[in-house]
Amino acid sequence: MASLDDLKKRITSVKSTQKITKAMKMVAAAKLRRAQESAEKGRPYSVKMNNVILNLSNGISDKENAPKLLSGTGQEKTHLCVVMTSDRGLCGGFNSNIVKKAKSFFSKILDEGKDLKIITVGSKGNDQLKRVYGNKIIKNISFKESKNTNYFDADKVGKTVIEKFEAGEFDVCTIFYNQFKNVITQIPQAQQIIPLNNEGEENSSDESYEFEPDEDEILNNLLPKNISTQIFKAMLENSASEQGSRMSAMDNATRNAGEMVDKLTIEYNRSRQAAITKELIEIISGAESL
Amino acid sequence: MSEEFKLEIVNPEKSFFSKDDVIEAIVPAFEGEMGILKDHISIISFLKPGIVTINSKSGEERFFVEDGIVEFKDNNLSVLTSSIFNLKDINKNKIQDLIKKAENEVNKAELSDQEKFLVDQKIDVLRSIN
Repeated sequence: MASLDDLKKRITSVKSTQKITKAMKMVAAAKLRRAQESAEKGRPYSVKMNNVILNLSNGISDKENAPKLLSGTGQEKTHLCVVMTSDRGLCGGFNSNIVKKAKSFFSKILDEGKDLKIITVGSKGNDQLKRVYGNKIIKNISFKESKNTNYFDADKVGKTVIEKFEAGEFDVCTIFYNQFKNVITQIPQAQQIIPLNNEGEENSSDESYEFEPDEDEILNNLLPKNISTQIFKAMLENSASEQGSRMSAMDNATRNAGEMVDKLTIEYNRSRQAAITKELIEIISGAESL
Repeated sequence: MSEEFKLEIVNPEKSFFSKDDVIEAIVPAFEGEMGILKDHISIISFLKPGIVTINSKSGEERFFVEDGIVEFKDNNLSVLTSSIFNLKDINKNKIQDLIKKAENEVNKAELSDQEKFLVDQKIDVLRSIN
């Protein structure tokens, strides 16, 4: 049995850990509110962008010569996967969930005998993936310096993706991120962004638009922007999810620490009482023997 | 009958500006300035660097945009842009900065003709504000 002093030390150490997790929870809660707000504010842009592209791609006259970003290269040999994770840890299953989803997708692709290339965004995902898929990772992008998620960063990722696409380095691009549902639920998502997957999203309006200049040119201009927009959307969802996930993880940690302190305190009191009783017995039996 | 329509300017971070009582909007479309009044035909076009002017009942607003897309449909005008400033909020120094940045870009060799045209356009517009 541990001595009284040891127990006391353990109680203080658990208590100070609890203080830290509590503080982290508070910080995450504050950041979550901001992240959620910006995720909501950013939604109209991506929704509108999507609508415009939907209208355009439905109205396009010459499907055969449609831009490659929309219709694909005609084959599915090389897959590029953009795995978006956080730069910081201590956020529960947030990163492992994305990585798990990505890994199952990777093994499916490799089983089919296709080529795989990976871009990781955020250092945590890179750490987890490089052990198994180290030779597949072609780039790691990290935004440790930027305080908030901003469009400029997303654009950088988008431009990298487009550059590689135009160089013919891959045929299909999928991004992995966590969709924010609420504080306790974040759903890992795999979204295909090249070629654009519009199946199942039938356009209700059959109104014809006037285009200036023509459809092709607008599409050529718009599609690269849409890539960045989708990535930006994913980044916003991700940052909200990260904070939510961290908040609930830290909440759990605080509660567990509390339980542990209770248990240790009981043990401490019990052994103190035992020591007192032992001393009493010694005194009494000493007195009796006289 | 009222002669007004709705306008919304969104950038990736938020809904930047919106108004319900717009009478006329002038946008720098790619093939020239375009004035939009109520009941304009549905149109999609993209923007070159320039000034978006919005005339509404409550006065005139002017914005500088670098690029973007306009969509007009059912008397709703949406402007999607990644870089926009209200001319009221922008000061001389900022404009000078932007001009300098753009000038540096022009001197880079790897620009295509179209990109060069856009940057030139941007410099012209910025100078005209100044």
